[in-house]
Amino acid sequence: MARYLYGLMAEFETPEQILAAAERAHAEGYHRMDTYTPFAVEGLAEAVGFQRGRKLSAIVLCGGLTGCFGGFFMCWWPNVIGYPLNIGGKPWNSWPAFIPITFELTILFSALAALVGMLALNGLPMPYHPVFNAPNFDRASRDRFFLCIEADDPKFDLGGTREFLEGFDPVEVSEVES
Amino acid sequence: MPNPMTDSKDDLKASELVQIQLPSDSANPHPPRFWRSLDELNNGAAYQKGLAHEFPEGRFPKTSGQGGLNRRDLLKVMGASAGLAGLTACTKLPPEKIVPYVRQPEEFVPGIPLFYATAMPLGGIGRGVLVESHMGRPTKVEGNPDHPGSLGGADVFGQASVLTLYDPDRSQVPIHFGHLASWDGFIADFGDHLASESSTGGAGLRILTGSITSPTLADQIKSVLSQFPSAGWHQYEPCGRDNAREGAKLAFGQYVNTIYRLDKADVILSLDSDFLFAEPGGLRYARDFAGRRRMVDPSGTTNRLYVLESTPSITGSLADHRVPIRSSDIQAVARAAAQGLGVPSGSDAALPAGMSADWVAALVHDLQAHRASSLVVAGEQQPPSVHALAHAINHALGNVGVTVIYTDPVEANATDEIKSLKDLVADMDGGRVRTLLMIGVNPAYNAPADVPFVAAIQKVDFRVHLGLHQDETAEVCHWHVPETHYLEAWGDVRNYDGSASIIQPLIAPLYGGKSAHEMMAVLQGQTNLSTHDLVRGYWQRQAEAGHLAPAAASNFETFWETSLNNGWIEGTTLAVKQVTANASAGAATTAAESNAQGLEIVFRPDPSVWDGSFANNAWLQELPRPFSKLTWDNTLLVSPATAARLGLQREDVVKIVLEGHEVEAPVLILPGQAANSVALHLGYGRRRAGGVGTGVGVNAYAIRTSDAPWIAAGATLTKTGDKHHLVTTQNHHLIDQNGQKVEEESEAAFDRHVIRVATVEEYGRDPNFAADPPEETTAAPSMYPKVDYSQGYSWGMSVDLNTCIGCNACVVACYAENNIAVVGKEEVDNGRDMQWIRVDTYFRGDLDNPEAYNEVMLCQHCENAPCEYVCPVGATVHSPEGLNLMVYNRCVGTRYCSNNCPYKVRRFNFKLYSDWDTPSLYPLRNPDVTVRSRGVMEKCTYCVQRIMEAKIVAEREDRTLRDGEIQTACQQTCPTQAIVFGNINDPESRVSKLKAQSRDYGLLRDLNVRPRTTYLARLTNPNVEIKG
Amino acid sequence: MDPVETNNLTAVVETDEVIAPGQTYRSVSDRVSDMVLEWPIGYRWAAGLLLALALLFVLNLALGVVFTIGVGVWGINIPVGWAFAITNFVWWIGIGHAGTLISAFLLLMRQQWRTSINRFAEAMTIFAVACAGMFPLAHMGRPWLFYWLLPYPDTMGTWPQFRSPLVWDVFAVSTYLTVSLIFWYVGLLPDLATLRDRAKKRITKIIYGIVSLGWRGSAVHWSRYEMCSLLLAGLSTPLVVSVHTVVSFDFTIAILPGWHSTIFPPYFVAGAIYSGFAMVLTLAIPLRKYYHLEGFVTMKHLDFMAKVMLATGLVVAYSYIMEAFMSFYSGNPYERYMMMNRMTGPYAKVFWTLIACNLVGPQVLWLRRFRQSAWLLFGVSLVVQTGMWLERFVIIVTSLHRDFLPSSWGMFYPTRWDYMTFLGTLGLFFTLFYLFIRFLPMIAIHELRDLVHKKQEESHAAVH
Repeated sequence: MARYLYGLMAEFETPEQILAAAERAHAEGYHRMDTYTPFAVEGLAEAVGFQRGRKLSAIVLCGGLTGCFGGFFMCWWPNVIGYPLNIGGKPWNSWPAFIPITFELTILFSALAALVGMLALNGLPMPYHPVFNAPNFDRASRDRFFLCIEADDPKFDLGGTREFLEGFDPVEVSEVES
Repeated sequence: MPNPMTDSKDDLKASELVQIQLPSDSANPHPPRFWRSLDELNNGAAYQKGLAHEFPEGRFPKTSGQGGLNRRDLLKVMGASAGLAGLTACTKLPPEKIVPYVRQPEEFVPGIPLFYATAMPLGGIGRGVLVESHMGRPTKVEGNPDHPGSLGGADVFGQASVLTLYDPDRSQVPIHFGHLASWDGFIADFGDHLASESSTGGAGLRILTGSITSPTLADQIKSVLSQFPSAGWHQYEPCGRDNAREGAKLAFGQYVNTIYRLDKADVILSLDSDFLFAEPGGLRYARDFAGRRRMVDPSGTTNRLYVLESTPSITGSLADHRVPIRSSDIQAVARAAAQGLGVPSGSDAALPAGMSADWVAALVHDLQAHRASSLVVAGEQQPPSVHALAHAINHALGNVGVTVIYTDPVEANATDEIKSLKDLVADMDGGRVRTLLMIGVNPAYNAPADVPFVAAIQKVDFRVHLGLHQDETAEVCHWHVPETHYLEAWGDVRNYDGSASIIQPLIAPLYGGKSAHEMMAVLQGQTNLSTHDLVRGYWQRQAEAGHLAPAAASNFETFWETSLNNGWIEGTTLAVKQVTANASAGAATTAAESNAQGLEIVFRPDPSVWDGSFANNAWLQELPRPFSKLTWDNTLLVSPATAARLGLQREDVVKIVLEGHEVEAPVLILPGQAANSVALHLGYGRRRAGGVGTGVGVNAYAIRTSDAPWIAAGATLTKTGDKHHLVTTQNHHLIDQNGQKVEEESEAAFDRHVIRVATVEEYGRDPNFAADPPEETTAAPSMYPKVDYSQGYSWGMSVDLNTCIGCNACVVACYAENNIAVVGKEEVDNGRDMQWIRVDTYFRGDLDNPEAYNEVMLCQHCENAPCEYVCPVGATVHSPEGLNLMVYNRCVGTRYCSNNCPYKVRRFNFKLYSDWDTPSLYPLRNPDVTVRSRGVMEKCTYCVQRIMEAKIVAEREDRTLRDGEIQTACQQTCPTQAIVFGNINDPESRVSKLKAQSRDYGLLRDLNVRPRTTYLARLTNPNVEIKG
Repeated sequence: MDPVETNNLTAVVETDEVIAPGQTYRSVSDRVSDMVLEWPIGYRWAAGLLLALALLFVLNLALGVVFTIGVGVWGINIPVGWAFAITNFVWWIGIGHAGTLISAFLLLMRQQWRTSINRFAEAMTIFAVACAGMFPLAHMGRPWLFYWLLPYPDTMGTWPQFRSPLVWDVFAVSTYLTVSLIFWYVGLLPDLATLRDRAKKRITKIIYGIVSLGWRGSAVHWSRYEMCSLLLAGLSTPLVVSVHTVVSFDFTIAILPGWHSTIFPPYFVAGAIYSGFAMVLTLAIPLRKYYHLEGFVTMKHLDFMAKVMLATGLVVAYSYIMEAFMSFYSGNPYERYMMMNRMTGPYAKVFWTLIACNLVGPQVLWLRRFRQSAWLLFGVSLVVQTGMWLERFVIIVTSLHRDFLPSSWGMFYPTRWDYMTFLGTLGLFFTLFYLFIRFLPMIAIHELRDLVHKKQEESHAAVH
């Protein structure tokens, strides 16, 4: 039968348990693993070996700069180059009047960048994912904490890893198929 | 207006008109023959059927504004037909040759208007005008610079007369017993009656006209009367000049015409006279007065004006000394003055309340000090005795021949017109009248209350009415024939100084109307003479008889064309007449002095609708009346003191009972109105004026009696408890609802230096009195550099508050020039009037006798225009020449510009105000100006279309514009030339010179908006001997 | 499962904590999501929605008339070119501000008490901005040309006039709406996942499945997610301040006495927060009562919000006083007259009512007893909102109706279409809000779980 093993999923009841488990697993040398929790448990990301980078911040900064310069240019160009008009005796480049728009566009583009950046880096939207097959996984968005060690981890072997996970006395350890 | 069409349910008629008339019209190019089709229509079975179910036999159908039709439906329905006639006619010139004012290519150059000189009769007396014609459509009336009675100025009536031409409510077809009829049908019917009349020498024939000055018409009438020796000719002008005529008779034993030379008068005493506005010569007088009034620098001299009047008048607002007293008391003051001047003045009556002997003494000194350069003017509403006194005083002061001259009367047959009408009514009542022909009159509406015209006319078996509208008089006539407008038919008329003008038509009759001349011709059995031939024929006879310049006789053709070209006929000015006033003439009568006590009521022609003949003119109805700023109404004007005494408040409806006649009118408390004197303007309360004027205001004729037509005593006022909502465009709070004084607006105006005024003496001491006060200096540094306008043209305007008389002519001129919409009473009440230029009035001092200051307010074309930088779409921007441009098709209507306009001169189309539905109004519009639609902002453009036109001409001729080549509409019409527009980059231009004067000041300069429109501060020239 | 957790619908426990004790991850998750998934449609909710829809119809009617006949159906005129429409605009925008502040500013400040109110506060923001955004469009003389305010060159190559505060408004308001939406949606993601996972009906599952974008609570996602929220919060805070500043520019940029004032930006922002928190209370108090959420939206929340109102109210009071003082101190005759006219002129009654509502009324919040009584707070919140609406009306109308030239002074009288347009927007707002509380979790579930977790840690810490 053509079903492959995605990994082993351990279900825990408390954030403390899963945090301990994740740290141990990482220390054991498991690297291809992830946790699934109903809320952001502090330290868990680091525990599964995720280095918090500046990627997102960089994306947002780029968005902001685009909005900032784009905004000012948009006000400046038509008034000075494109179609200069005498408006109430004001000079063509009356820059103070262009600041509000510049500012608003800075914010707008930053915010859009933040949203798009976050989703992109997280690979969302992703309607299907093997972990959804795990029994009881619907409680990952309620009150249970899941640790999944993936099958393609070099150190992964079905028996040993299951044994290893059983060691943290989870509610249950189950095989996740993709 | 063909009656079938007033029935909104019945569009059948309109459609039939379409089908039948168009082919026949294309067959006959001449609009006059257009109604031929109606004969067919007449006999058409469908028509008969339609008629049958529409009018029960013999019953005259209701007309405009009646039968629950509101104005809009009405215009729609009427427009349908008016349009058909209008559109077929509007591009047709009269068949005869008419001569443009300025020589131009004879054929039309599309887009280039032609100007024609002609004359507008008002009260029978002519006013010289130039009419702008676009492709054969008269669109604008201006004053005629070559005409002695105009010198280029035009008044509200002249300006608005073009709207009357296109009035969709005008009568459009002969009516016989309420049925559509035809001119031929009329001639046949009339012919029969004349035949029977001729047997008796016309014993039963009467003709009723207004005052006739037209030489041709008079000549025709004369020959008619020779044909019907026993027939009678009666004249009646509701606002006629009987008193002036009788006064002259009193003084000189004969009718003479009095002409004033205000340019020569240094001291002027007005006895209740509004000579700057309401006299036939008003335009010329205003120009002369302003010329003498104008001061360039402190070294100059100016005139001094004393005004005694009961109700605020335009003349009064310019007075250096104005005393509001009852009109009936003015006689006593005149006598006192006469006495002081050694003129016999009969019984020396005690001075009335409000007049001090010192005042009169000071006045007398002043007059004596200015012998032969002073002038006493008696108001047309004053009794003959006062006129006689005025003549005597002028005589005593040696003014005759200098500041006042006399000629033969301008009327062809001067007569006591009220008496004339009374005689007619007596004859009718006595059954002595069988055939009555009325030409351009409306006695059924405007006959005095004690003259039972309507009752009497029932006894006349054949009644014919020739009139512009199917008015109250048409209603009681068997035949109504549509009359031609003065822009539609040939004619002639005499002007205030007797000089005659040819009235040349600019357009063939829109609705196949007939002129008085044609009617007269019919009486003589000539049914196929054209008016043109009649008029030209008359003058040719005159020329041949040698009554005109010798050149005329030799080459009449050229003479004729020159006369048409100039707008008046040379050699027709009446010769100055040497008459000596019977010194004691004034003493002769003391009539009308009986009513020394109690409340008097004064009747006046309305400054907007005159005697009621303009009642259906929306421009004039919506025009804010001077001082009160009232629109769409007439009211009983009461002084604050009297109102307090009688417990009257603004908008109270009072019942006025006078000699058993009564009318109910709303009260308006007007500062400057004399105590114990109330005023009511004539011309309102029309029953059949048309969609616009019907039912507006109250009919003052209903209580006006023939023996006291202008000043009546013994009126009783009783509050009815009702309120009538009055709509004013300013001074909302001057007298608030509780009748209690709230002078905030005027006080603020002076705190803010909106009005700057000084006496001549102060001006001499400090020529810079009008400079901005130090705390308001605009020296404050601006964050931004100034825009450089020093290259090319820079447009600017200067308004001389010292000569502006606040006559409103500029406002109406702007209506006509810029296609401004009329919004109606309700919308004016909502504060949405659309006038681009307005005359602001501020009062100073005691509200019972305040100084009134007029200030023309229009877009100031600020260099740092606050309206521009707030517009989100750049719909209002600045031109390199300093014009504050308004781009209608870019405007999205946020109204931010108006909010940010410190002068609030912008106007917004809150709804669809322009009338897009009435075809007869299409040809009226100025093709050079956009007709604005709903939701856009608009405002004064300095008549940018005129600027562009002039620039194109200049560029074609490869030259720069000459100063004065561009005149804004308001400037061109201004009778006193108070408005001057031009290029402020040219130091030699008139406007630059005016702006260079020390009295020049800008409004709200402290806002650093740098207005291009500035004002010359007002000067007064009080007599130092008079305190306060 | 023990009953207390699932059906504690009727458990009314007033508490001074930010969350009632005894809540577990599961109880909070189920409790909030049940309101969307399990609860039957209550007749009170339906009745409320119907009422709102009725008002919404009034709005359609009013706008229909305005668009077909023209803004002339309103009472506006020359000189008073703006009145109700712009008043409503500023009022709604102001109300929106509280939502953003609660969610963004308090997040930055790490305030736990924001948790159970931020979700519907943000919803309120979005709906309020939606209502506000309608007015600049509706008040135009030719609304069908609204797109001429958008930044693109027309066929003549002209752009919007970027110096005009109205164009700034377009950018500020649209940015505000967009960013608020983003922030709101990001906050919703994990809760949508919860709904997806708890939904029984397949269709519901699919719908929530799609909108939750396949969120699975991965640790890595969580960490980027939190980063993103922080950044958005950091952006929204200056944004929310800028928005009402720009709105105040509509007035300060003009030269009109009563508008042209440098105090406006801070004064408007404070006023916005003031009315915004009032609106949050107006919504929260009936909501917690009807849905028995006293355990989540506790007295502590109300108390905090009352204090914020008091504080901002004082700032507003200070601004009024400064405004009056400056207009006299400046010695400028126009300013002086404007202020005298406000206090004694034809609109004096309105002015003094607004003073009573915004200055005097809220002072009762000094007393703990008032802050502790939900219904008194409810009353105060209504008073404040009335006051803030009147404030904008007074600023706009009394300044316009008597400006520089006395000859052009006028009056504004609202017509029935003015009132209907205003009531109508209430309809729009509440329609949206009723739909929101029915189909989306009105409290941020994942943040509640986080809160429960924190509380547990605190209690453990207390034990050890």
